Amino acid sequence: MTKSRVIEIEPLTRVEGHGKVTVHLDAQNRVSEARLHIVEFRGFERFIQGRLFWEVPVIVQRLCGICPVSHHLAAAKAMDKIVGVDILPPTAEKMRRLMHYGQILQSHVLHFFHLSSPDLLFGFDAEPERRNIFEVIRKHPELAKQAILLRKFGQEVIEATSGKKIHGTSAIPGGINKNLSLAERDHLLANHGQFLEWCRAAVTLAKSYVIEHQHLVKRFAHFPSNHMSLIREDGALDLYHGKLRATDAAGQIIFDQVDTDHFNDYLMEEVKPWSYMKFPFIKRLGNVDGWYRVGPLSRLNNAAFLDTPLARDAHLEFRELTQGSPNHSSLNYHYARMIEVLHCCEKVHELLLDPDLQGSDLRSSGTRREEGIAVIEAPRGSLIHHYRVNENDQVTFCNLIVSTTHNNTAMNRAVTDVAQRYLDGQPDITEAMLNHIEVAVRAYDPCLSCATHALGQMPLQVELVDADGTCIQRKSQYIDEDTYGL
Amino acid sequence: MSETLASTFTIQVDGQTVTVQAGQSIMEACDAAGIYIPRLCDCEGLVPQGSCRVCCVDINGRIQAACTQPAAPGQVIGNETPTLNAHRRTLVEMLFHEGNHLCPICEASGRCELQAMAYRLGITQASPYPYLQPVRPVDASHPDIALDNNRCILCGRCIRASRDIDQKHVFDYVGRGIHKRIGVSAARLAETDASLEDEAIARGTCPVGCILRKREGFDTPVGQRLFDRRPIDLDNAVQHHIPTQAVPAHIESDPP
Repeated sequence: MTKSRVIEIEPLTRVEGHGKVTVHLDAQNRVSEARLHIVEFRGFERFIQGRLFWEVPVIVQRLCGICPVSHHLAAAKAMDKIVGVDILPPTAEKMRRLMHYGQILQSHVLHFFHLSSPDLLFGFDAEPERRNIFEVIRKHPELAKQAILLRKFGQEVIEATSGKKIHGTSAIPGGINKNLSLAERDHLLANHGQFLEWCRAAVTLAKSYVIEHQHLVKRFAHFPSNHMSLIREDGALDLYHGKLRATDAAGQIIFDQVDTDHFNDYLMEEVKPWSYMKFPFIKRLGNVDGWYRVGPLSRLNNAAFLDTPLARDAHLEFRELTQGSPNHSSLNYHYARMIEVLHCCEKVHELLLDPDLQGSDLRSSGTRREEGIAVIEAPRGSLIHHYRVNENDQVTFCNLIVSTTHNNTAMNRAVTDVAQRYLDGQPDITEAMLNHIEVAVRAYDPCLSCATHALGQMPLQVELVDADGTCIQRKSQYIDEDTYGL
Repeated sequence: MSETLASTFTIQVDGQTVTVQAGQSIMEACDAAGIYIPRLCDCEGLVPQGSCRVCCVDINGRIQAACTQPAAPGQVIGNETPTLNAHRRTLVEMLFHEGNHLCPICEASGRCELQAMAYRLGITQASPYPYLQPVRPVDASHPDIALDNNRCILCGRCIRASRDIDQKHVFDYVGRGIHKRIGVSAARLAETDASLEDEAIARGTCPVGCILRKREGFDTPVGQRLFDRRPIDLDNAVQHHIPTQAVPAHIESDPP
């Protein structure tokens, strides 16, 4: 072999959406570059223009079937601004929060158990036919049952608060269109104790994984970075509302308590020709050094504490792993994610016992504004919705910066890091090596359809390309693997 | 001729004997007898115009619109027959093809008669034929009312309500054939005297999500919307129709 090559992994499996990875190898099989390509085309920001503003929370949530609640609520929060409402009636805000905690719980559980647990339970290099949820059901039936029922619980919280398990319609500009009936409340409370126990067990499982695999965790896609998230005024984790905080690799503040209305003063987006996903960065640090991570890892790095008892303790243990310094390990996203699941489960319980949820004051109004900006912590990280609405109530401008987009540079770093560690100089590239790359991407739980606001089918792929750009190998779920010698 | 007719007589509808008051249309006689004939353009309180053809029934072997066809002694009528429902399904499918009826994001979803009719007729997925996917401008110029012609099914209920009940003539058909659409009596809605108090703007007059009362969208939770509770039938079709006493006495039916 004297030529350089590019390996293409396409589709990337067990992620939400359609993307591919290309690994560029030189003539000596050294990895020169690895890229995560998002090959879906965006459209929502354009075709929402001209629509009426109260339709927006219902339309934009169709970006995604996994975290529609995040988009529904982010858009509703932005539309609160449009109708001049800064403070919602308590029933409305608490219903939305309950919906959001249910959403994060179900999304995190789906990602950890259904998508990622096969890698963690059976090994990154296990036979591909074993690395799926069905093998988890066969080998760990109790765990699989817990995963399915926990996710169902999250979906039922969403249904009770939004009207439907997927794509509900309850969050309206300035409020909510329903409260929680006592029957709905009692149904959700019925088995809550059991769910809480399962969430604690999930934290223990994730923690024991990172401790037992310390060596791997400290080497695998482990790199310093900045971290950004919403934060409550007192420094607590707040997934629904707050101000922006960014910290550097040493945990020092880059900016803090930034009003989300001013996010544009602190963040910029860069476009690269090989991906439909933009590359955001912190303006002050520039596009080279200003990239940052978002999501569970960043949130737990940035939060001073969690305000529910079990999750507070779990967070302290998490911080002890790195002696209080920021945790930069991609695989620790899983551990952080399960701590958030526990936090959400506790929050759901706290809210279910709150009589405000049966209140009847559901909607406020105020003086109309032209611009609405909202940030929410979606399961995968900070989600920014920015709109302008004209005097006829029609949207004239829309910009969505979703969690996966914030993590774009980080995922590319993770892919490069793993490619260099596992593929570099290898005479032959095996399926197991390529799965290591997928594991790195998967840690971020990317939602590629959200990131590009696409519609349609979207599995993920990996390609091996030579110096001329010719594809030599491709890994694809839907392509005859013999054709490509894999 | 009316002197020669008895004041009441009977007809047969799907094998059931229905007593008719002289002068009633087949639709009116069936409504009174509690028999539901599917419909879209007809609306209690408005003069019937027989344009959607969904209410077509089989009258002694001829297919005619029940809303405009007078009941007559001796009629043997088929209503809920497989053949008629197949025709109705095709007609409703055509309406979906001609407009942009995106139920998942439409605020009329759950109270939309087109959607409810589709469910009633067993339309659960897209038909294989191409969709016209029109791109018609949304007229949001009025402070309280918006008009999204992409969702119009040309039932003309707003035209009749505005002309006959409100006496305002805000709406009318413009264009011909496939280009036919609902126009307003000025360059844009803001320049007409349409108001939220108009019967033409009342919820339920527009059977779809074309005429929108601004900022009211999605205010009813899923599960409590009109057709969430039960499929479209006589009871819930009538409950949001225009009260008959609102109809001026001098109005005569348009020719079918």
